[in-house]
Amino acid sequence: MEVSVTVNGKAHHHDVPPRLLLVHYLREQLNLTGTHVGCDTSQCGACVVQMNGQTVKSCTVLAVQAAGAEIMTIEGLATNGEYHAMQQGFWEMHGLQCGFCTPGMIMSAVGLLKENAHPSDTEIRHALEGNLCRCTGYENIIKAVQHAASHGTAATNGDAMRQETKPETPETAAEIEHPQRDDGAPEKPETVEEWKGENAGV
Amino acid sequence: MAITEAPAKMFGQAIKRREDPRLITGKGNYLDDIRLIGTLHAAVLRSPYAHARIKSINTDAAKALPGVVAVITGDEIAKEQNPLPCAWAAGGVTNNVNTPRALAVDTVRFTGDGVAMVVAESAYLAYDALDLIEVDYEPLDVIVDAEAATQEGAPQLHENAPNNVVMRWTCGAEEATAQAIDGAEVVVKQRILNQRLLPTPMETRGYVSRYEPATGEYTIWMSSQAPHVHRLLLSAFVLGIPEHKMRCIAPDVGGGFGAKIFLYPEMAATLYAAKLTGQPVKWVESRRENYLATTHGRDHITDLEIAGTRDGKIMALRIHTYANLGAYLSTIAPGIPTTLYGRMVAGVYKIPNVFVEVKGVYSNTGMVDAYRGAGRPEATYVVERAVDLLATELGMDPAEIRRRNFIQPEDFPYDTGIGMLPYDSGNYEPALDKALEMVGYQEFRKKQAEARKQGRLLGIGVCSYVEVCGVAPSKWIGLAGEGWGAGLWESANVKVHLTGKVVVTSGSLPHGQGHETTFAQIVADELGVPYEDVLVEHSDTQGTPFGYGTYGSRSAAVGGTAIFKSTAKIKEKARRLAAHMLEAAEEDIEFTDGKAFVRGAPDSAKTIQEIALQASVAYDLPQGMEPFLDETTYYDPPNCTFPFGTHICTVEIDPETGKVTVLRYIAVDDVGKVINPLIVDGQLHGGIAQGLAQALYEGAVYDENGQLLTGSLMDYAIPKADMVPHYELARTETPSPVNPLGVKGAGEAGTIASGATVSSAVIDALAHLGIRHLDMPYTAERVWRAINERNGGKHVS
Repeated sequence: MEVSVTVNGKAHHHDVPPRLLLVHYLREQLNLTGTHVGCDTSQCGACVVQMNGQTVKSCTVLAVQAAGAEIMTIEGLATNGEYHAMQQGFWEMHGLQCGFCTPGMIMSAVGLLKENAHPSDTEIRHALEGNLCRCTGYENIIKAVQHAASHGTAATNGDAMRQETKPETPETAAEIEHPQRDDGAPEKPETVEEWKGENAGV
Repeated sequence: MAITEAPAKMFGQAIKRREDPRLITGKGNYLDDIRLIGTLHAAVLRSPYAHARIKSINTDAAKALPGVVAVITGDEIAKEQNPLPCAWAAGGVTNNVNTPRALAVDTVRFTGDGVAMVVAESAYLAYDALDLIEVDYEPLDVIVDAEAATQEGAPQLHENAPNNVVMRWTCGAEEATAQAIDGAEVVVKQRILNQRLLPTPMETRGYVSRYEPATGEYTIWMSSQAPHVHRLLLSAFVLGIPEHKMRCIAPDVGGGFGAKIFLYPEMAATLYAAKLTGQPVKWVESRRENYLATTHGRDHITDLEIAGTRDGKIMALRIHTYANLGAYLSTIAPGIPTTLYGRMVAGVYKIPNVFVEVKGVYSNTGMVDAYRGAGRPEATYVVERAVDLLATELGMDPAEIRRRNFIQPEDFPYDTGIGMLPYDSGNYEPALDKALEMVGYQEFRKKQAEARKQGRLLGIGVCSYVEVCGVAPSKWIGLAGEGWGAGLWESANVKVHLTGKVVVTSGSLPHGQGHETTFAQIVADELGVPYEDVLVEHSDTQGTPFGYGTYGSRSAAVGGTAIFKSTAKIKEKARRLAAHMLEAAEEDIEFTDGKAFVRGAPDSAKTIQEIALQASVAYDLPQGMEPFLDETTYYDPPNCTFPFGTHICTVEIDPETGKVTVLRYIAVDDVGKVINPLIVDGQLHGGIAQGLAQALYEGAVYDENGQLLTGSLMDYAIPKADMVPHYELARTETPSPVNPLGVKGAGEAGTIASGATVSSAVIDALAHLGIRHLDMPYTAERVWRAINERNGGKHVS
């Protein structure tokens, strides 16, 4: 099937198999390998991109569903050689170790700040629950997003930046805004259809 | 050149990582990002049965699918390749080593055992073709539980391993321990389970293999923690080709946590496929396959007995453990529950009598090998649980009983008497005190007592741990009887090029730990060059000296020291050359902060850059001196290092639902000297999360048919951001005397302590209900059931 799509500001036109996933289109056809695949059940979020300004998991979108869409991947985030504030935040705060989840994590966090410019610790933790990281224990990812929220796009002097967040010392479970979850807080929509409020899986 | 102020030292600075710019911009180069012209894509057909005989495999329809280039079965590869070797058969493993082949031959022994490989023009086509392969299986009886597997009449996995026993291994004094227990004032016994875990690096495994017929050379790109070891094992043991005919390259590696140390069947299968097809062959594991066929961790059944006096002195510890090793022996599997577990069970305590018996067992499950901490989290869990149980029995405060039994600072180096090398250095009480102070221990105990009156369940858990890191001395690890047939040194080359820029090639390699940054910090200080002038190369067997790999928190202590020693050799040569340049006697030359000068006359200094230029152009060197500043070190340390610390956690449990909420998590760790605090803290955060996740969420579950019920990220609960607490970190610093850097290692400490810490807190919250022990993970259901049972089963479950 014919697909025209704009990725990181550049127009592309390809004939693709109907079953081709957007993430494979980005990786294999366009060689944009910054978008990763870390699972096969839409859990890990390593493949998150922005599609028409919305945060989507590109493993859960068919390439043909992206026809006519504007897509931004991790490769399109920096402008004129200057890192996006979120990229800078992850670098400054050591928000990554192996780096495999990082592109998806950054793209989700970018989406969060569009909706909520100054999220609390709790809001960040909930907003990123569709992105799994196995290295950082999330501590410095939270700090990275906070850093981006407070610094905007201004580049910062990283070497002097390291500051401990004030330790929380909750006394009871009720004081914890982000109780450890073992059941069903609502998941973020995973597909474009869900975002659009249409039936999923069309 | 005038001496100015000494430059700030890089060692100890929390500088941000030089690895990050490529990784935050999507320019990392992970395995699946590699693109070679003409690459074919492989997919593996895996057994749906946990135990079955393969009666026949029909690949005709798959081969006929357009785009399919080859369909390969185990019989075919077995004509050219040997089974994978087991590199650490450990004490007691003799003639019953059973390892996997590239693809199964005749019999499959766990769900996910590879049966056939399709090689096609695209990954989509390869997966299509898997559906067209017909395999006729004859199902056999299945056994998944390690203890049950050793009983008479259990299904047998391997003819050479009666009752599925891999080995019976012991350490310590059996008789003396038995006597001490028999004569003790107080003895506590408990069975505890350390559940099986799935390591779950976010990047799954993957390999790209290429064969050059003209030269007979193989190249394999691999998501690997140990490419040099993989080259050795694949060439010499599996393929039977000379080592120099194989090159192994680890690109950016998306996490490992132990699981990428090992040799895997798909490495061998893609090498075969590359030779067969004459084209590069790429295989990238799906997450489902990662859970089935990549190694798992832990899975111990342990019966512990601890004996003590009424005033809280520990007199004896006796441990019997069944270690489930899965269907075959993975690369170093038997070494984990023996040397790295059994010899560490005394923990931070002076225990006069210790005896450990470990039975390694085959079962119809995935292979079990090292996973973050590898033996030490299991050992810490055992001893810390035992100490808590003894404290409960004696009505003694858990912090106090620890303090009373600690090995004292003047006791180091301390030999626990169970075959571990002597602990290098330690001072356990300050770390405990600091953690107690941070949490406000006495205050919390008062609140806990108040809360209990109101029916609320508050708990506080304490874990004082010690671990063995920088695992090395070849003489020790390679001792006859322990079965490690190799050394464990590391190597590094340092060159100062003509322009004064420094290139380090290291046998150690990163998969998220930031070696490029920390190693450059060491070199910048030692040679007195700008940090930016140091390049660290790694991960390619062509061009880096041999290294045993990154695991066991050993890169800084062993690999970092190899680099340090190479810089010392460079400095020494620079000093000799400077003497020639300054027309002074060698013994009068001092080298400090990148400059060599006649002692007392720093104004006439030659910089390292000037000296490197002279060494490189080489037309005016001292008699007999070789050109270039280029030094290599193979470093084999005299001992391991032993980091330690105390972690404390507070929890609240909802009595109605059993749900556990972590209130605070405090970690006071002593990892020796710290090269980069930013990186060390990051390692601790991630480590704590993995152990905490074992306590609260994770557990691999097989049903009685050997089906992995937790086979995807939908079913296996690695924590999300809102499932972990904020971590409060602090440090004490006791330098290691083992290496000149004073470093100990930090990669696993968090995981080693945190499972036991959270467990201690949860059980403490339930203690007044009469609950003495509960097995992990503490899911709401498990905790609620325990509470409900104590309440007389008011609620029907």
